[in-house]
Amino acid sequence: MPITYTSGEQVEVYRFNWPITIGVPATALFLQAWLPRHLSFFAMLDLPLLVTIFFGISRRNPVSGLLTGSIIGVFQDALTSLPIGINGIAKTVVGYGASSLGVKLDVENAGARLLVTLVFCVAHKIVYFMVARGLVNLSMQWSWPHELWAAFINAIVGVFLFFALDRFKQRT
Amino acid sequence: MESVLGRYKNLIVLVCVLFAQVLGLAVQVKRTTDTESSRLIRIWAVDSVTPFEKVLNWMHNSSWNIWHNYFYLRGVRAENRGLKAEIERLRLEQIRLNEDAAQARRLQALFAFKEQFISQTKPAQVIGSSGSEQSRAIYIDKGESDGLKPDMAVITADGIVGKVLKVFHSTSQVLLIDDQSSGVGGILEKSRLQGIVRGTRSGEVVLEHIMSDNPVQPGEVVRTSGGDRIFPKGLPVGAVSQVASGPDLFLTIRVRPAANLSKLEEVLVVTKLVEQEPTQLESGSVRAADILAQRLPSVPDKPPAADPSKAGAGEAAKPSAPAASKPAKPAGVSNAPNTNAANPPKPDEKVPPRPQAQASPARAASPSSLGVGPTATAPSALKPATEKGPAPPPVKVVDPTPSAPKPKPAAPLANAPTPTQDGPQ
Repeated sequence: MPITYTSGEQVEVYRFNWPITIGVPATALFLQAWLPRHLSFFAMLDLPLLVTIFFGISRRNPVSGLLTGSIIGVFQDALTSLPIGINGIAKTVVGYGASSLGVKLDVENAGARLLVTLVFCVAHKIVYFMVARGLVNLSMQWSWPHELWAAFINAIVGVFLFFALDRFKQRT
Repeated sequence: MESVLGRYKNLIVLVCVLFAQVLGLAVQVKRTTDTESSRLIRIWAVDSVTPFEKVLNWMHNSSWNIWHNYFYLRGVRAENRGLKAEIERLRLEQIRLNEDAAQARRLQALFAFKEQFISQTKPAQVIGSSGSEQSRAIYIDKGESDGLKPDMAVITADGIVGKVLKVFHSTSQVLLIDDQSSGVGGILEKSRLQGIVRGTRSGEVVLEHIMSDNPVQPGEVVRTSGGDRIFPKGLPVGAVSQVASGPDLFLTIRVRPAANLSKLEEVLVVTKLVEQEPTQLESGSVRAADILAQRLPSVPDKPPAADPSKAGAGEAAKPSAPAASKPAKPAGVSNAPNTNAANPPKPDEKVPPRPQAQASPARAASPSSLGVGPTATAPSALKPATEKGPAPPPVKVVDPTPSAPKPKPAAPLANAPTPTQDGPQ
């Protein structure tokens, strides 16, 4: 598997300009709200989560990653009928994890991205499930086949999305 | 100390952010009312997303309309023929339903039942969704500025959709009936069993609280019961798709929603409901005999020479007025010996022309469907409008087909303005 352990000096740290920093998450949130109404298949995707992972592994800054995940998650919650914070907590954890992993691993190639996205999608779902059940007392059911399938679909989409977003990266 | 903070800076920030969100969640969960502290964030999020959704929706609809109205006209002629045939069929159906509805209104008025009517609706367009499998909600392009309020019913022509959950300035969030936190009072159309229609975690709709010893068949229609005080009674919810025994004493009834919840385009928000006793359609001094005459099947007049023994009496009873000035005879009432004491002919009384029977073709073909048969007598509830004496003798109707089976007695006519308002016994 092409995940290589690297030292901190070997990995590139990228930054993004403000329009991209705000516009990409906003577009992801908008598409997440708009597309499932026309194509129900898109309800399985979690574009804000993919964006969180992308910014996390690109910036490689844990504080920046967790704040990005937190803000995206809170706004995503605000569009649902559920209490605000469920997605916020889950995406905070994912943002922190992705950026921490990005410091240690080189995740620039497609295979590594697929695997990392798959793992973080499952991790996001586990945290979401725990918060929803434990803190909000929502009745949710866990289905491994469904969650793994959804994570795999998200990972596939994520690979293409990451390559599309790579062109907005700016070297520090 | 500084080195510790610097070393664990990332972890400390993570814990702080998580703690703040957990605290916020706890506050929201504790507050059951919707005067929420998170409303501002919701307004920001909704206001930043819905304008783009509105624009895209407008573009989508415009392009669709251009295609649909100018290019996609193939098969319109065939469709028109089919629709005309459908209109004819529906007209016949409407005649029958109108009569049934009128009778139901009369009975409801008689018993002073109160009924909820939809008096005002606001059409709205669906512009977005919550984008989450855990929260089945949609956004519509009407909000507080259009007079929408929380807990208003949202329906389509096919059936109910949900209720308004949150209202913003120009948009609203609608909780669909397949969301697991929704609940609608439902009633099975045939068996009249009442339960609660709920959404499930997987997005299905189920009818709960129906005891397992009740017979429920797949295909039976589920309607709103009106018990939730949101949806008026009688709106279609869906049809039973599957019935199974539940883990306890209740049945697990899956319902296929009447409205296609995954492809909603336009909806109606019920902005005003009125609760009133139904008014009678036919008011005024309608004579009971006239109403009876409308319901009786028409029979041919007997020739005067058919009964020579009563011919003289019949002639003597005839008024001397010319035939042209005679009041029209009600269909179905024989003009031979006037045994109808309910409508005694008075020389100084002008009897208005009586309306002809207006039964639908279906009813006309089947006399028993009228509720009055060839040998039926008027029910005791029927009394003449102009008479306060004892009950008149029953109306006798000439039976053209003596071998016909004896039908059921006539339905009580509650709208007849009788002096002594007898209810149906």
